[in-house]
Amino acid sequence: MIPSHNNQEIISVDNLVQTLAGQKILRGFSLKVYEGETLVLLGRSGGGKSVFLRHLIGLMRPLEGSICVDGQNITSLKERELAPVRKSIGMLFQNGALFDSMNVADNVAFPLRESGETNEAFISQKVHDALQMVSLHGHLSKMPASLSGGMRKRAALARALINQPRFMLYDEPTAGLDPIVADSIDLLIRRLQRKLGVTSIVVTHDMKSTFTIADHVALLHEGRCYFYGTCDQLRTSTDPVIRDFVEGRSHEAP
Amino acid sequence: MALARYVGGTLLSFSCYLGELAFLIAETFRGILGGHIRLRLVIHQIFEVGYRSQLVVLLTGGFTGAVFATQAFFQFHRLQMDTAVGPVVSVSMFRELGPVLCGLMVAGRVGAAMSAELGTMKVTEQLDALRALGVHPVDYLVIPRFLAMVISMPLLVIECIVVGILAGYIVTTQILGVSEVYYLYNMLHFTGGKDVAMGLIKGVVFGIIIVFVSCHKGLNAREGAVGVGRATTDAVVAGSLFILVINFFLTLTLNIFFPAAK
Repeated sequence: MIPSHNNQEIISVDNLVQTLAGQKILRGFSLKVYEGETLVLLGRSGGGKSVFLRHLIGLMRPLEGSICVDGQNITSLKERELAPVRKSIGMLFQNGALFDSMNVADNVAFPLRESGETNEAFISQKVHDALQMVSLHGHLSKMPASLSGGMRKRAALARALINQPRFMLYDEPTAGLDPIVADSIDLLIRRLQRKLGVTSIVVTHDMKSTFTIADHVALLHEGRCYFYGTCDQLRTSTDPVIRDFVEGRSHEAP
Repeated sequence: MALARYVGGTLLSFSCYLGELAFLIAETFRGILGGHIRLRLVIHQIFEVGYRSQLVVLLTGGFTGAVFATQAFFQFHRLQMDTAVGPVVSVSMFRELGPVLCGLMVAGRVGAAMSAELGTMKVTEQLDALRALGVHPVDYLVIPRFLAMVISMPLLVIECIVVGILAGYIVTTQILGVSEVYYLYNMLHFTGGKDVAMGLIKGVVFGIIIVFVSCHKGLNAREGAVGVGRATTDAVVAGSLFILVINFFLTLTLNIFFPAAK
């Protein structure tokens, strides 16, 4: 699926280097993301995919390299200067990262209230719509601790989407969800792209999900971008590293 | 050589710690000056810090005043100076016992809760979620706690002092048989506005210490339950030690501005 949108580069990552606990996680990782597309980032667990996503929203700063979002190099911005950039980016954390002192409705309404919205009727309508979008209506007053992992993730997704960000970063959006909900999340990502033109970067291991949503696929291997291409190029690749990943082979003796 | 390295390393890490605290304090004031004050959260924190500490502070003040008055009475009684108990209890409560004991209790109750809450938020990525939503964690978490503490702590200290003095008065006059009139006269004669000011200033300073030490420990908690536990313990220990050490220097300094009454 080649993106049918105007092919303007909106996020460009250049030679990112990062070390964690003495281990080089990113060793010159480069990537480009076009406006309005969904890019799926594949890679082994612990390979630095989530670390990379955290760099994109300024939660981590690279040792070397640059990240340009919409023409602005965010690696040189200070914490307070990052706020406007972050408001245009929604991020779904791996475990949801809901605020456990607030119920679902307050969690989802949080970005609206923080952006100065005071009309409670408007907020409650938006919260209702956002929760309906992730099939979580009827759980407004529940606390995060009483939700299942999948429900928490969907509530977090509603929170990330409520301000209609231009960019969405998903950290394993379908992990831990039943296949039906996982499929509905995939369709939601697709719908957001088609209807609102949201540019998305999705970190996942889920190959079915990858082939459903991706316009471009990148494979992060040993700290570098090992593969970048379309789903068809991924499917037809004969590279052993890519084949092992796509087909889920470990080469270990049974 | 090993000793020098150990001492040097400890001094270096303590300097780094003070530097981090200074950055946190600077960021807090930058946020306040930038108008990032969430009144709703400040009120909520006043409830948590001030209202919910009532019982602890009342009991601490009451029993400290009662015990101190009893001990002072038995000492002064041998010198036939029973009515000196009043001013001794009152001045001690205002200048030292009230603010220090109240500070230590609040460090234990509120400081521990603050570092545990912020530490849990850190290890469960809630702090990252805040940042990702474009909200500065200092603005959302530290400023309301700081303002609530600055407002609540002097009131808690005064409450602690008043209850302590009252308890001392009741024990001395009703149980130990000292004359109420002379007790009150001496107490009021030797206690003045300077003592009250000293107690209040100390209360505010200790409150500020508790907030920044606890929030810093919480915001920098390491991964997992162990990390949060350590942050909480460190917050209470460091907060209490800071209070005791700074109290000494504060006493020396404040006695220049507020010397003891004649």
